[in-house]
Amino acid sequence: MKVLSLNFLQCAVKTCKTSSDSYPLHPKDAELVQDEIELNEDFLVNIMSRVDWTALCTTATELGFPALPSTPPTTETLRADGKTLKDLHSLLLETQMVEGKLVCGSCGHEYAVREGIANFLLPSHLV
Amino acid sequence: MQYLIRFTQLHETFRLAEIQALATLANVELKVVFYDAESPICIVELPSDDAARAVVERSILAHGIYEHWATAETLDELHVVIKRDTAHLWPLYHEPSFKLSVDSFRGSRSQKQKIALINTFSYLPFKGPILLSSPDFEFTLFEEWALEPVPEKKTVPFKVHFGRLVGRSSRDLINTFDLKKRDYISTTSMDSELALVTANIALAGPNKLIFDPFVGTGSFPIACAQFGALVWGSDIDGRSMRGGGGKKSLRGNFQQYGLEKLLGGIFVSDLTNTPVRKARILDGILCDPPYGVREGLKVLGCRDPEKKSYTVEKGKEMYKDPAFIPPKKPYSFTAMLDDILNFATDMLVDDGRLSFWMPTANDEDQEIAVPTHPCLEIVVVCTQVFNKWSRRLITYRRLPDSAVDMDALAQRKERGDGAQGRSADELNPFRRHYFRGFKSEQDSSDTVGIAQPGT
Repeated sequence: MKVLSLNFLQCAVKTCKTSSDSYPLHPKDAELVQDEIELNEDFLVNIMSRVDWTALCTTATELGFPALPSTPPTTETLRADGKTLKDLHSLLLETQMVEGKLVCGSCGHEYAVREGIANFLLPSHLV
Repeated sequence: MQYLIRFTQLHETFRLAEIQALATLANVELKVVFYDAESPICIVELPSDDAARAVVERSILAHGIYEHWATAETLDELHVVIKRDTAHLWPLYHEPSFKLSVDSFRGSRSQKQKIALINTFSYLPFKGPILLSSPDFEFTLFEEWALEPVPEKKTVPFKVHFGRLVGRSSRDLINTFDLKKRDYISTTSMDSELALVTANIALAGPNKLIFDPFVGTGSFPIACAQFGALVWGSDIDGRSMRGGGGKKSLRGNFQQYGLEKLLGGIFVSDLTNTPVRKARILDGILCDPPYGVREGLKVLGCRDPEKKSYTVEKGKEMYKDPAFIPPKKPYSFTAMLDDILNFATDMLVDDGRLSFWMPTANDEDQEIAVPTHPCLEIVVVCTQVFNKWSRRLITYRRLPDSAVDMDALAQRKERGDGAQGRSADELNPFRRHYFRGFKSEQDSSDTVGIAQPGT
């Protein structure tokens, strides 16, 4: 799954949702794959408003990418600065997590990622 | 300006819904001048040829759109109207190459008859070469014939039209995405025609984020990705997405169509215990939730935690094992619909669309009402009718918070969830009716009342 997906996922356990530590999930033993995809500037500008920037910074660092600036780029900056655009495109859309675990910072539950598909099913005592 | 849309005569209740959605997507004002559910011809008003092309080019249920020149009850009258109303346009077509064709709906014309019909248009001063393939301009005579059980009785069409072709549709995508040619399908895969129509009505398009929480083998995300959206899918059953691996998997399908770059991700999850964070980030949610028939709609959990405490305890021990399969319990279909509406309310951006399919039994007593939510406005309900049952595609628009009736919303929160019953049969009225062949409750009752003698 593309790294962008990680910005939209949190711990599935309902009692964890009240804790801010349940988002973002923390990749562990992650195996990544790089694709080559044509850059779409409009798309990136469009999703900036939907991406949680703080969580994205955490995810980028945990996956071994160079640190992102602490404040999100404005639309003007994005359109003007080709490098930021390219970096975000590469991180969010061209990088996929194919194996590993996603760990909740609150309850410690580990969700397995196998062949690119993450498993968020819970045993009955956690639903 | 008036344009004529030549629709297919299938999925009639979806045709206007689709074309109106495409007008919204193209940001074009469309006004319906004439529409009849029994006819494949629809007359609309659009600002220009470019607008007309933009509206029809993604349509699945239209064949094409034409500049409307004339409509009449007989061919002779048609020529009168054409000479009276369109003569000012004829100079445009003096020189370029052209062709005329005949489109007979519910009638048939031999080649000889078609040529004779075309020759009645010889008064048109088109002096350019006639090219049968790729002419500069194409004109079509449309004939509508009555639906007659005895074909010999029909001698002439009851209505005729004439128009200049402006743009064709994407109806041939149905063949490209035909399930018979898809590498990986299952019994629940939605047919390509309706998956594409659903994607259009849900306003799928480039730069949009779309999610299917009952993704199965991926029919809806494939259709949305074809139209340029970035798509995600989840399902409680991982096997339907993983398949046999390689080509025979959901990802394999995306690879087959060259759409893999638009697959954001797929994951295994239960919508009632979703890992998706609650934020207004999706442009569209499309799905065909289980009706509770074959699978018996299930969610995570143990049906009887007291009776089956062994299952719960074993779960606590084993859940970290990669081979562990969590237990599931039956769930009410109507409760699932409520969950879908709540999820859509939490996740859709303003004006985002929720489109899902649900069954309705034909018998009025057993109709499942269209679910409602104060934050979602019903855009359109389209019905596909089978022999003994039918299903609807319902599309909602997420209202901006400022437009929501807050009292209605508060009342809904108080009401809570009222799922009653425990077995799959009790929780899913549609399942009961389906397996009883849709007979009414009285027909299938075995008890006979015995009158008690008075004392």
